[in-house]
Amino acid sequence: MTNAWISGTVIATLVGVVGFFVVMRASSFAAHAIPNGAFAGAAGANLVGINPLFGLVIFALGAALGIGYSSRRTRSDVATALALVMMLALGAAFLATSNEYEPAINALLFGEILGVSSSEIVPVMVLAVVCALGLAVLYRPLLMSSISSELAVAQGVNVALIDVLFLVVLALSSALAVPVVGALLTFSLTIGPPAAARLLTNRPHRALACSMLLSLLTLWAAIASSYWSNLPIGFFVGTFSALVYLLARTWDTTRNRRLARTVA
Amino acid sequence: MVGIDLLKVEGLDVSIAGRMILRDVNFRIDHGEFTGLIGSNGAGKTTLLRVILGVQEATRGRVSVHGQTLTRSNSSVGYVPQKVLFEPDLPVRVRDFVALGLDGGTFGVARRSRHSFELVDEMLEAVEASKLSNRRIGSLSGGEQQRVLVAHALVRKPELLLLDEPLASLDPGSAQEIIQLLHTVVVKQQVAVLMSAHEMNPLLPVMDRVVYVANGRVASGTTEEVVRSDVLSELYGHHVDVVRVHGRVLVVAGEGDHTKSTLADHPAVIVE
Amino acid sequence: MHFIFEPGFFSNTTVRTALVLGLLVSVVSAAIGVFTVVRGQSFAGHALTDVATAGGAGASLAVISPLIGFIGGGVLGAGAMDAIGVQRVKGRDIATGVVLGAATGLSALFLYLVTLQTSTTGSTQTILFGSVFTVEPSTLPDALWLTALVLATLFIIRRPLMMSSISPELAQSRGVRLRLVGLTFMVMLAVAVGLSAIVIGSILSTALLIGPPASALKFSNRFSTAVVFASVLGTLATWLGIILAYDSYYWSASHRGLPVSFFVVSLVVAQFVVANVLAQRRRVRVVHATEHHATPEQVGWI
Repeated sequence: MTNAWISGTVIATLVGVVGFFVVMRASSFAAHAIPNGAFAGAAGANLVGINPLFGLVIFALGAALGIGYSSRRTRSDVATALALVMMLALGAAFLATSNEYEPAINALLFGEILGVSSSEIVPVMVLAVVCALGLAVLYRPLLMSSISSELAVAQGVNVALIDVLFLVVLALSSALAVPVVGALLTFSLTIGPPAAARLLTNRPHRALACSMLLSLLTLWAAIASSYWSNLPIGFFVGTFSALVYLLARTWDTTRNRRLARTVA
Repeated sequence: MVGIDLLKVEGLDVSIAGRMILRDVNFRIDHGEFTGLIGSNGAGKTTLLRVILGVQEATRGRVSVHGQTLTRSNSSVGYVPQKVLFEPDLPVRVRDFVALGLDGGTFGVARRSRHSFELVDEMLEAVEASKLSNRRIGSLSGGEQQRVLVAHALVRKPELLLLDEPLASLDPGSAQEIIQLLHTVVVKQQVAVLMSAHEMNPLLPVMDRVVYVANGRVASGTTEEVVRSDVLSELYGHHVDVVRVHGRVLVVAGEGDHTKSTLADHPAVIVE
Repeated sequence: MHFIFEPGFFSNTTVRTALVLGLLVSVVSAAIGVFTVVRGQSFAGHALTDVATAGGAGASLAVISPLIGFIGGGVLGAGAMDAIGVQRVKGRDIATGVVLGAATGLSALFLYLVTLQTSTTGSTQTILFGSVFTVEPSTLPDALWLTALVLATLFIIRRPLMMSSISPELAQSRGVRLRLVGLTFMVMLAVAVGLSAIVIGSILSTALLIGPPASALKFSNRFSTAVVFASVLGTLATWLGIILAYDSYYWSASHRGLPVSFFVVSLVVAQFVVANVLAQRRRVRVVHATEHHATPEQVGWI
């Protein structure tokens, strides 16, 4: 339980920050495709008998670079979709040829936070620090190009490079989140809390902090609920994330209405 | 810096994907001048601005600022692109956005100094947008947005400010306000302005110089030197008349001496 | 002949059903996929597959027809996306993301409960990945009428749909009700995707929805030819994939075949890569041609 709590806290904080930029840049599809593609990497790693984390990192990076490269030549959503299905198909092929038993696959897809061992915490921490440093370095150009890529170009920002570097950070954070929260639910956590956060404040720094906080609360609540109810954590992460967003939206709409009324 | 032009464009050719957009473009801009870049839609105004900014490569020729060939991200050139669409949900206030004009291209998270905040406030005041400071950038009206974009471009203290069709989507009232604002900026901040427009009449009172683009070529000088029947006929490659009515200038295509040219070659009436 | 078609290929009912269903799904995916790609809704198209899958898992839990589960789930998801806001481009991205996130949460719950209920292994994978070889021949009539429904609806709304896909503002000025057209399209997308998810699995559903249309659009500048071209490409990939998957059973001594989805997706991606290379070559040729023939008059007004 302590392990779950520690790794969950690290992951939620990181995903809160990464997700903030995912939402700003409208790159939800990539945020969905990369962890799912990474899942295939874990299946492949099992097949050749190496540490699944390597498989996750390699496939996540492969998906990120593939999306980044082909987005310049073709519509980025098409590139993302095709990269995703190719990864998943490889995953299906790996599963068909290996003797993987079902619970292990389910763990990768839906997460197994309560089964995190102490030895798994170290790589999680290392990757998280790398991602955090990467985001700190990229922060302003990333923010600028998320607001308007044309203005960023005019300021001398290499927008294509920033795009790829961000995808790499997204890939690394996905690789560390997948074994804990699961491929499918990493995505839920990436969208819901950050999308809610930007409705709650006008300031970028506060929105970022808010996103981290909401993401933490969502994951903590999900861990606790899963622990008490014995239902899969993925269910709680998914529904709580959506719930956080819907609550923020309702708050935002009613506030706007009230403002409109006072103006009128 | 006296004696060297602020901006000098010499023998510029630009082709994009094998199509010639601009041919042999030559003109210069002096410090603190207000220059209008006039031409109909698709004449190549945006391309010319992007070449000056350094984000579009020229096929031939040279663009220099202070006599030095321009490189990308030159802080002496500021830019306001055409039509910027901000998402209404972006959690970014006007002042955050203007501050990003200072350091949006800088890696790392170094704290902003007190001086940079003062600079931001100063710029917002210069464009008369201080009261917008805490609004979301996605919630601004067209005219408000133009002001903020100008502040964003000015905050790095450029010597040349490029604006691409800033009046395009504004109502006549807001357009007048923006022109007045830019005129004030030219005078007070000692910035040269090069702004593109497809209509020159609103700019006539403030323009020191006009750069007229047609047919992929450019003529420049004062309004009196350029907006003349012989100069523009030469530029268009067929006869056009320049008519002045009630202080307004009208450029009208004359009766065709080029009978073979298509309708598109004849700007039937360009009301300027 | 046996080199290509392993023994029993044509006499096998499973294979025959797979081939027919593969054709139906390829055609319906091509038709709706061309619009999906042009409208930039690939993400929604893919997300609806996963949402439909959640519905499928729910159906197997509630012991109702999986078809109802898949399609009902998809349609509900499409409605939810529309309610949150699919109109704005960036808003659309978030709406799709939130619905997809919630649906995967439900999937997690349903699949967990399914594994508690039944002791059969592999049900998670079947629901998630699907396999065209496990489809009952009795699905065929349902697949037929659903295909007909989607194609007919698309045919009826094709003009306003094309116009709103090219330019929403223009369409609106001509009196097209964007919201209605958009929602109808999303519901049809959900039906098509739900159908293909249950028939060929969620991976292939997205692959056929996006791949062949994207390849076809590289070459045709008309919607109708793109649809025909995409149908042909999709059917080719599906059929060849089924043949290869069937054959792969005989490749290794252990008789462990590779999944159909692996072959079909590989073929679809290969088609797309080839289409890109060819389109690139053609563009270079066109540019060269204009460079040689361009006259000053032609280049003046661009």
